[in-house]
Amino acid sequence: MRLILELALTHIAGRGRQTIVAILGVALGVGFSIAMAALMQGTEKDFIAQLVDTMPHVQISDERRTPRRQPAEDLFSAVQFEGLRPKEDRRGILNPAAAFASLRSWVPGRMAQSLRTQGVVRYAGRDVGVSIIGIEPEIEATVSSVAGDFVEGSFDALQAGGNNIVVGDTLAQRLGASMGTTIQLVSPTGQSRGFKIVGQFHTGSNARDEGETYVLLKNAQILSERPNAINEIRLRLDDPEAAPRVARQAEAELGYKAVPWQEANESLLEALVVRNVVMYTVVGAILLVAGFGIFNIISTITHEKARDIAILKSLGFTQRNMRRLFLIEGLTLGFAGSVAGWLIGFLLCFALSQLEFKLSGAAVGREITRLPLFWTPWHYVIASAFALGSAGVAGYLPARQAARLNPVDIIRGAT
Amino acid sequence: MSALIEAEHLTRILPAIVPVTLVRDVSLTVGEKEFVAVTGPSGSGKSSLLYLLGLLDRPTSGTLKIAGQDTSQLDDDELARLRLESLGFVFQFHFLLPEFSVLKNVELPMRKAGYLSASEMSDRATSLLEDLGLAGHLDKRPDQLSGGQRQRVAVARALANDPHVVLADEPTGSLDSKSSEQVFTILQDLVRKRGKTVIAVTHDMDIAARVDRRIHLVDGKVVSDERVAQAVV
Ligand SMILES: Nc1ncnc2c1ncn2[C@@H]1O[C@H](COP(=O)(O)OP(=O)(O)O)[C@@H](O)[C@H]1O
Ligand SMILES: [Mg+2]
Repeated sequence: MRLILELALTHIAGRGRQTIVAILGVALGVGFSIAMAALMQGTEKDFIAQLVDTMPHVQISDERRTPRRQPAEDLFSAVQFEGLRPKEDRRGILNPAAAFASLRSWVPGRMAQSLRTQGVVRYAGRDVGVSIIGIEPEIEATVSSVAGDFVEGSFDALQAGGNNIVVGDTLAQRLGASMGTTIQLVSPTGQSRGFKIVGQFHTGSNARDEGETYVLLKNAQILSERPNAINEIRLRLDDPEAAPRVARQAEAELGYKAVPWQEANESLLEALVVRNVVMYTVVGAILLVAGFGIFNIISTITHEKARDIAILKSLGFTQRNMRRLFLIEGLTLGFAGSVAGWLIGFLLCFALSQLEFKLSGAAVGREITRLPLFWTPWHYVIASAFALGSAGVAGYLPARQAARLNPVDIIRGAT
Repeated sequence: MSALIEAEHLTRILPAIVPVTLVRDVSLTVGEKEFVAVTGPSGSGKSSLLYLLGLLDRPTSGTLKIAGQDTSQLDDDELARLRLESLGFVFQFHFLLPEFSVLKNVELPMRKAGYLSASEMSDRATSLLEDLGLAGHLDKRPDQLSGGQRQRVAVARALANDPHVVLADEPTGSLDSKSSEQVFTILQDLVRKRGKTVIAVTHDMDIAARVDRRIHLVDGKVVSDERVAQAVV
């Protein structure tokens, strides 16, 4: 009703300074919420993108989740085994060629097989424990993010004659080795061979730069005395979100443990959920405080305007009209605050996006130069919805009180 | 003469630890085109009776019919509607909305009723205010007017929806004698020229002497109710 709206605006306009404080309260609440949400979701997305980018989306290994059913169990119903562990099969994934082929027929994405084993790099009297990963260079390049992180050389260089190896730059530094240096690789079975460094990568992740080495699959098999064995199939999917589904299907088909990236990073992802809960709590608290500002001003107005209420009611305005009047006043403040908050939020995001950080890679794991901010209209909508919700409640409580007021009591008091 | 207001055994008791009886067993009938003065000592329940007749308050017992309609059957919203369309109030203090112009204050009840277009409302408010001698003050705010002028605005507002009855609680109580006389003349004209019924609470014996009917209250009870033949002015 236009009349009610006009009355509401008149009341609000009559309290200039308090109105501005209330609106500013909501605006800051909304603005900070928007900026915070953008930052939180931005860093989260950035973080996950980084995970998805650097990790295989599904990793199938030669382990099994549960021990094989024992023959005795089939024969005797009373037999029960305790403390069984899946057997470690030194042969790796059985019949890898068939497994690989069947996966290829349905998996939406690319895949690579490899043999991962532990070993020691020995050079100039130093021993460093590393993972030795045997790969097929041309396939690996399509699956691994390392292919894009080469400082020198490439996976392809492994195929140039002789025994070649690719190492992380940190490992090379620790060893004091460089391109062309031949280092000794010692396998758990005691095999030892010399490999020439033909490539160095820098992923930004210390664990990898210091602990991963790549050789040809054939060389890894020889080194670990497991001819034709592979113990890892890594999938890189067109849609990383499909990983859990693909993993489940692969596991059902092959019987080997298939871990989607979400599962591999469960604790990290859980930490993100906790972070979001913390964020929403803080945002909620900010807007609640803003709601108190509105409650305060509407209460003040209803007390100060008790006479107006009496006048309007004596003229024939109903309780519902009065409730609506003060509710509209609260919502108007909430709305004005929201709109101002959008501007503040937008400017804050802009300012944050302009900030530059100089962080060295070693400490953070990856160099961040700009804050990652995620922009979505939903942040604006949600913050406003919160603000309007609390404004509505903050307006409704005093409004209900005021509407119940008996005009006679006030008129009597004034006379 | 058809009855506009029929009150039977109206009693209003304020519930409290020691209940206060404001109005005690009042029965009266007021017809069309009557000019009634309610007199009595301070605290005798004049205002309380007026609030009951004006549907601002509900009686503890007794019945009140406005234009034949039993008001005890109506809910608060229906009472508010009846108040809006059939009754006009003028209080001792003008009770205008301070932020609104004179014209807007008078338009307010019409806008609430919602029967007229914006221009019709503005025309009607203007002509009401002009009739009451406020032609040059339409856009002023209430605090820019004198007491007598404000009270005349209040009368104009009371007339906005063309009610049958105008209830006035000591309308001249805060005015000097010249303004009092003006306001009295206006109320008198409402009865004589516009055919309204006016019920006015007053302390002013001078005014009370010049109405058609005087109801005297003591201690919430009607002690006398006399019709006076007035010479036609
Ligand atoms: N809220 C109240 N609590 C207690 N007594 C009241 C209250 N309102 C009015 N009264 C008493 O009721 C009586 C009638 O009041 P009122 O109708 O205002 O009288 P009048 O208008 O004739 O002066 C007075 O004695 C007054 O003191
Ligand atoms: Mg009184």
